[in-house]
Amino acid sequence: MTVSFFILAALTIAGTVAAMSLRNLVHCILALTLGFAGLAALYLQLGAQFVGFTQILVYVGAVAILAMFAIMMTQRAGAVAQPASSSSRTRGWITGGMTAGAVFAVLAWAIHASAALPQTLPPQALPSQPDAGVRAIGNALMHGFVLPLEIMGLLLTAALIGAVLVAMQEKQEMP
Amino acid sequence: MLGEGILKGLAETARNFLGSYVSKDRLTTVQFPEERLPHIEAARSFPFLVYDGEDWQQGMRCVSCLICEKECPPKCIFIEKSKDKKPDAIGKPQFYPVAFNIDVSVCMSCQICVEVCPFDAIKMDIEFELSTNDRFGGLLWNKERLAKPNTYYGEIHPTEAAAVDAQLAEERAKLEAKAKLAAEAKAATVAAPPAQPLRETSEPTEGSGA
Amino acid sequence: MPEMVDQIFVICKHWLLGFAPAGVQPIFSALLSVVPVLVVFPLLFAITTVLERKGLGRIQNRYGPNRVGPCGFFQPIADAIKSLAKEDVVPDTADRVAHFLAPLLLVAAAFLAYAVLPIGRNMVVANLNAGVLFFFAVGSMVELAVFMAGWASRSKYSLLGAMRAIAQMISYEVPLVLASVVVIMAAGSLSTVAIVNAQASYTGIWPHWFVFTPWGFAGFVLFMIAATAESNRSPFDLPEGESEIIAGYYIEYSGFKFALFFLGEYLGMFATSGMAITLFLGGWAAPFSFLTWIPSYVWFFAKLLTLIAGFIWIRGTLPRLRMDQLMNFAWKFMLPMTLLNIFTAGVWHFTPAGYARWLVCVALVVAPFLLLSRGLQQEKKYGMRSYRFAE
Repeated sequence: MTVSFFILAALTIAGTVAAMSLRNLVHCILALTLGFAGLAALYLQLGAQFVGFTQILVYVGAVAILAMFAIMMTQRAGAVAQPASSSSRTRGWITGGMTAGAVFAVLAWAIHASAALPQTLPPQALPSQPDAGVRAIGNALMHGFVLPLEIMGLLLTAALIGAVLVAMQEKQEMP
Repeated sequence: MLGEGILKGLAETARNFLGSYVSKDRLTTVQFPEERLPHIEAARSFPFLVYDGEDWQQGMRCVSCLICEKECPPKCIFIEKSKDKKPDAIGKPQFYPVAFNIDVSVCMSCQICVEVCPFDAIKMDIEFELSTNDRFGGLLWNKERLAKPNTYYGEIHPTEAAAVDAQLAEERAKLEAKAKLAAEAKAATVAAPPAQPLRETSEPTEGSGA
Repeated sequence: MPEMVDQIFVICKHWLLGFAPAGVQPIFSALLSVVPVLVVFPLLFAITTVLERKGLGRIQNRYGPNRVGPCGFFQPIADAIKSLAKEDVVPDTADRVAHFLAPLLLVAAAFLAYAVLPIGRNMVVANLNAGVLFFFAVGSMVELAVFMAGWASRSKYSLLGAMRAIAQMISYEVPLVLASVVVIMAAGSLSTVAIVNAQASYTGIWPHWFVFTPWGFAGFVLFMIAATAESNRSPFDLPEGESEIIAGYYIEYSGFKFALFFLGEYLGMFATSGMAITLFLGGWAAPFSFLTWIPSYVWFFAKLLTLIAGFIWIRGTLPRLRMDQLMNFAWKFMLPMTLLNIFTAGVWHFTPAGYARWLVCVALVVAPFLLLSRGLQQEKKYGMRSYRFAE
């Protein structure tokens, strides 16, 4: 709990709040990117270099751009969303709040129940540096979690092939 | 095989690169302010006004007929006609321009003014280093800025200028002959009844620019 | 004595650090590491611009700039004064914040990439465990900057340029990362320092650079091609094709912001070149064992300048690709080649050393190259062009 943590946390929260409240959709994406970057910095601060850099590579570099493309292709870029009516806004607040609460509850329960977090631990017994290095992650993926990794790979390949097929059908229609 | 053409291209550019250091004939660049190409006779930039003799005001050929002003496609010529007359290049009394302005920022160097001028008074210059730090006044040229001697015209467009000079000389000679004839006739009328009136056959002069 | 010269900057840094009070030492140390990078590479950019213009001129049998200073070498100063003195024009309908932030983000991302480049022995700003990953992560931030620039300008040219740039960068980032995977496999580490150390030994006089293996050579060539595309240089300069979309995503920028884009682009080029040197060309290691007395940073910059000269040479030679050629090349040639190259590196790793290993691996590199290039060359046969409306 250092000063840098609070700065990064504030940055992340500011980014995500701006992403929800800004009217211009592209601005929302840019703000969300700021949130992603703040999150990556938080990971780095925790010493999880691999996760942090992957966060930047995947979220800032790919997901944000993908979201941009999605927006550009579906509607006029930079279109300013109309403010919602008050009734739908209340409904939105309730749904959003409930979803957020549920997710938070599940996460809190998972973390609380997880074996990684010792229940009663004197502070000095905490491992000084959690082993979240590249080598440890690689070993875990290649030894303990080979099957999930392979399944994920298969799933992604299937999705890729599906995407190619979807894109190809359009081509066949052309004379 | 993929990459073959790329390697060939790389070899070619490498030959150019090294060759430009070895042989000077490869470098065709003319390094402008120090080196200059000889000027081409057919070159043209902006119009100027021709005058004969030494005094630019006295010898100006322009008779302020306003044809060029009317013909100019971008309307960059402004002429103010004089009230009195003075003898022109071939000796006839003519009007002269009180003001003759060309806005070279508008001029498009089309040479139409030269083509239509019946008096060979306006010709195309070849001067091109015309930059100025005043983009309004500096590019609006008045009569004095535009006036250049006939000898200068002879220098920049020799062939054309020779033809124009020959034609003007011919006309001047014709006019002189006519004046002489008129004088003789006048002398004759004093002695004898009037003879047949002489018909002046003045051919329309055409600019010989091309 | 050679060690002394080699480590002179490190020694200087420690000496200077001694003057700082203990409280500010970490910050002071970081400053001492970062400031030289912030000074040296923009200077290199300035030198490169004039060398590039002169080199391109010579390739086209011209002189190139030769007016400002001796042989025109003060041209960058004149350019800098010009771009500083220019009016900063922002389009009326532009998104001012994003328009302002885009060049800054681009240059910041480009500079961040230098953090993990080992410029000399013990000369790296940050020795990260996941250094290579950091490099690519930071490189992917450039795309965001490019998109911001293109979108915020509110010009169709800049938007088209940004779209082209992003499509190209995403397509070529995949082969770029995959081409470097072979090195990570061989070195067994993502840390750039460890990768260079793995190459900094010699057999006789010959170095152990990864480029001197079949998979390393193929990886180097593929990496350089992808790096050319990533830095938007000719022949992959579609995003800024002057004859088509004028300057692409930075068309609406003028004055110093334009110069920042220019700087960012060149810094990106230097950074990817530096990464290629780190991964394949032995980083700061000398090419022969008897040349190790020359300081390591000299070798790094010599290699960097060589690669830059290669970039300039390529730029002066090749015409711009078409969009479909660009994409075909990325997905039908680069991607399979890099994937097969990873396989080749695996084969190399698990077979015993000897001529047989060389033979097999060379075959594994050359055969797919021939097959895939033949696949690329099977072009459509175009018949007579028929017009729908013009006839």
